[in-house]
Amino acid sequence: MALRISLNINGTEHGVDLEDPRPTLLDVLRERIGLTGTKKGCDRGQCGACTVLVDGRRVNSCLTLAVSLDGADITTVEGLADGDTLHPVQAAFIQNDGFQCGYCTPGQIMSAVGLLSETGGQASAEAIREGMSGNLCRCGAYAGIQDAVLEAQANIAKAGKS
Amino acid sequence: MADTPMVAAHHVRLGSNSGQSMTRKDGLAKVTGKANYAADNRPEGLLHAVFAGASIARGRVTLLDTKAALAHPGVVHVMTPENTPALSQDPDEKTTPFTARIDVLQHNDVRYAGQPIAVVVAETLEAAIEGARLIKAEYDEQPARIGFDDGEAFTPEAVGISTPPKFATGDLEAQRKQAASSVSVVVETPLQYHNAMEPHAVVAAWDGDKLTVDMPNQAIGLAKPGIANYFGIPAENVTLRSPYLGGGFGSKAVLFGPQMLGILAARELKRPVKLALKRDQMFGPVQHRSATRQTVRYDIDADNRLLAFEHQANVSTSSFDNWLDGAANAGLSLYATPAISVAHSGTRFDTGTPGAMRAPGIATGSAVIECAIDMAAEKAGMDPLEFRLHNYAEKDHSNGKPYSAKALRECYETAANAFGWTDRPPKPGQMRDEDGLLTGWGMGTSIFHAPFFPAKARAVLRKDGTARAETSGADMGQGAWTALWQMAADGLGMAADDIDFDIGHSDLPDGSVAGGSAHTASAGGALFAAGNDVIRQLAEIATKDSDSPLFGAGNERLIGENGRLFKASDPSVGEPYTAILERAGIDEIEGQGRGNRDKASTETYAMFSHGAVFAEVKVDPDLYQVRVTRLIGAFAAGRIINPRLAKSQLTGGMIWGMSFALHEEGVHDKRTGRPLNNDFAGYHIPVLADVPHVEALLVDEDDPHVNDLGVKGVGELGITGTVGAIANAVWHAIGVRTPRYPIKIEDLLKGAEALKA
Repeated sequence: MALRISLNINGTEHGVDLEDPRPTLLDVLRERIGLTGTKKGCDRGQCGACTVLVDGRRVNSCLTLAVSLDGADITTVEGLADGDTLHPVQAAFIQNDGFQCGYCTPGQIMSAVGLLSETGGQASAEAIREGMSGNLCRCGAYAGIQDAVLEAQANIAKAGKS
Repeated sequence: MADTPMVAAHHVRLGSNSGQSMTRKDGLAKVTGKANYAADNRPEGLLHAVFAGASIARGRVTLLDTKAALAHPGVVHVMTPENTPALSQDPDEKTTPFTARIDVLQHNDVRYAGQPIAVVVAETLEAAIEGARLIKAEYDEQPARIGFDDGEAFTPEAVGISTPPKFATGDLEAQRKQAASSVSVVVETPLQYHNAMEPHAVVAAWDGDKLTVDMPNQAIGLAKPGIANYFGIPAENVTLRSPYLGGGFGSKAVLFGPQMLGILAARELKRPVKLALKRDQMFGPVQHRSATRQTVRYDIDADNRLLAFEHQANVSTSSFDNWLDGAANAGLSLYATPAISVAHSGTRFDTGTPGAMRAPGIATGSAVIECAIDMAAEKAGMDPLEFRLHNYAEKDHSNGKPYSAKALRECYETAANAFGWTDRPPKPGQMRDEDGLLTGWGMGTSIFHAPFFPAKARAVLRKDGTARAETSGADMGQGAWTALWQMAADGLGMAADDIDFDIGHSDLPDGSVAGGSAHTASAGGALFAAGNDVIRQLAEIATKDSDSPLFGAGNERLIGENGRLFKASDPSVGEPYTAILERAGIDEIEGQGRGNRDKASTETYAMFSHGAVFAEVKVDPDLYQVRVTRLIGAFAAGRIINPRLAKSQLTGGMIWGMSFALHEEGVHDKRTGRPLNNDFAGYHIPVLADVPHVEALLVDEDDPHVNDLGVKGVGELGITGTVGAIANAVWHAIGVRTPRYPIKIEDLLKGAEALKA
C-alpha cells in the first residue's frame, strides 16, 4: 500500500513515499527527510520534545501520522530563524538560559512560538507556565524558560509597534 | 628547569573570561536544531534496531518464537541468545569499579522486567518496532521480589563505588547518657529513574575491526576501552563521539546492554545500526536510584546541642549486582555531632541494577536528616535556622579535619534574607493566605563533596594568534562547552573568541568523568594548566631571545593576558604572542595539562560545597494538595566560573529536590515485578506550572585548598537540602510528617486525621 504525500516543511515542498500508513510525522522528519532538530523523548505525546507547528498550530509530531498531513504546512525548529537572524523566542532562550542539555529545547521553542500566537502576545506569567506545561524539561531549566517566553513576548510586541 | 619563569601562579585571578556570565557557546546550535545528538546521526545504509524486553522479572526464557517477526516486511534479522555471538569479555565480569553487569543476549536467564531478550533489526524504524512486538516468548517464571519486605537481605561490602558501608566515631552510648532528649524518624524513599529527556541511544558503524560509535556518554575515557574489551579490539580502534548529551544525571556514565547490542548487530550485519531506547525501556537496563528505608536519630543535651547522630539505611539493589546508594553517609560532615554511627544494609529486588543518580547518597540521606533536624529544633523550642546555627560544624566531625572553606553561615543569612525568614510562627498550621490555603515555611542545609579527578587536556597556540584547546569532556547540560572554554582561554591568556574549543570526542585527551560535580574543576583545571604550559614555553623562547623586550627576564614573573606576554612588575614591558612566535619562526606551541589538587590539602582538609534552601508551600485544607510557591537557595561553591550557568545548575537541582519531595516514584507490580508507571504519564516530574518561583543566589567563597583554581561543583548541590526544606514546610503548614517520599495526599490525609483524633 504505497502512498505518496506532499509536505511543505519550512517553506520547501517535500514529496514523501510511505510504504504504509504507519510512519509518524516525527519519524518522517527525522529518519526520512533528515530534519533531526525535532527530538523524540517519549513517542507517546507525554513530553513535548517533538513539538512542531502544523498549519500554525503546535502539535506533538510523534502522535501525528504523516499520511494524514498531505499538503500541510509544517514549521520545525530548523525553519524558525530568518537566515542568520534568530526568531525572538530563540534569542530569548539563549539570553535567559532557557535550557541546559538542549534536548527538549526544539520542542520548548516551537511550543512557545505556538503559545504566543495563540495568546496574541497577551500571556501572563501564569498563562505561560500553564501553556508550556506540556513540554517537560528534566534538567529543570524552567526558571529560564519562563523568563525567555516573557522576554520574547515583550520583544515581539516592541518590534510590532516600531 | 630552575630558570623557568613563573607564569599565572595559582590562587591569582583566573583571567578575563572566568567569572563572566557568558551565554552558552552551544546555545546557537541548541536553539536552531543543529546540535547533533547521538540518535540524530544517519550514516549511509543505516538499519534500525529495537529490542524486545522480558515481561517477567525473574526466571528463564524457555521459548522464543521469532517467525512472525522475521516474516514482517523490512525485518532483516532477529538476534536471540541462540544466534548472538559471545562477547570477548564476560558481561558479568566487573573489570573496573565503574563496570556494570549487563544483559547482552548471552543467556536465557531473566533478572528484571524489560531485560532485552531479542533484538529486531530492520530497514525502517516502523518495521523494527513492529518486529519487536511480534516476538513471542514463553517463560519459566519465578516469583518476583520487590520491596524491602519481600526482597532478599544481604550484607554489603561497599556502598557507592567503594565507600565502606559502616562508620562510627565518638562514643554513641556515652553521649546518649548525657542527652536530655532525642528524636528519631523512619522514612522510605522510592526507586527513582533518571529519565534524561534523551533516551539512551547508539549509532554504530564498523569498518573492518574499526568501530565508530555515536553514543551519549559522561565518561569517554572509560567507555572507549570498555567497548574495546567487549568486542575484542584494541582501544585505539574505537572512535566515540558524544558532543552533546540530552541529559545524563549519572545514567550515561557506564556502558549498558542495549547499546552494546546495537554495536553487536552492526558487526553481525556489516551495516551501520541505530538503536534508541523507547521511554518505557528506560525503567530497567539503564540504572535508577536505589529505594531506601532509613532511620535517623539525633540525641540532644539540655543546652540544645546535638550529642549523637545515628543513621541506618536499608538500600535496594538488584539480584545480580551490588550498587547501593550511600544514603547513610549523607550526614557525616553536616552538623556538629561528637558521636556518629552510620550503617547500611542491602536488599535485593528483582529490578535492574541501580547506580549513581544526581547527588547519589546525599540527596537520599539528606531528605531524611533535614526532617530529623527540624524535629530536634521543634523539641528544643528553637527556630529551625537558629537551631542549625547553634549546631554549626566548625570542623568535619567525622574526621576532625577543618573545612577547606565553608561559607554556610553566609548562605543561611543570604537565603533567609531573600526569603524573608522572619516572624515564622514556631507552631504548625498558623499561616493562611488570602485564598485560605495553609501556608508553611521550611528550610534545609545543602552539602555536597568536592571530588577531583585526574583529567588531561591539550592547548595549541598558533602563530596567527589563535589557539585550539581540547579535552574529551562531556556537556550533558551543565555547561561544559562554555565554562571549560572560559577556563581554557584564561589558561592561554587570550579572549575566548580566539580559541577553537573542542570536547566530546574520544580522540581528545581524557577529560575524565563528568560526574560527582567534579568536571569543571577537573577538566577545567587541566585545560587551564595546558594553557599555562603553552605560556611557559612561550616565555622560555622570549626570555632567551635577545630581540625580545623580555630578554633576560627569566627569573621574573611574567603574565600572559589578552594575547600579550609581559612583566608582572612592569606591564609596559612585553610583546604579543604572535611577535614571539614569528621571530622564532615557530608555527605553533603545544601544551599539555593536568588539573592539580595538592596531596597535602587532601589529607588536611574536608572539602565540600554548601548551601541553604528555604521553601514556601501552600496546602489545600480540604484536598491536601501541596504546591511549592517559593524556593530560594543560596550556595557557596568556591570560585564560580560562569554565574549564569551555575545558577541554572543550582535551580535545576532544586527542582530535582522538589521532584524528589513531591513527584517521582518508580512503582513496580509486587506480583510480576513489572514497572507500572514506565512513562511520563505515570512517572511524574515537575512541569513549568509546578515551579512558579525558584531562585539560586551565589555566595562568594574563596577556597584556597580544594584545587589550584579554587573551583568546586554545583551540579548536585541544589537537590540536597531542598527535599527536606519542602517536607519541613509541609509540616509547618499542616503539622504532618509523612513516612515516605514522595509526600502524597493520602499520607497527609492520614496524618491529619491522626492529629484530629
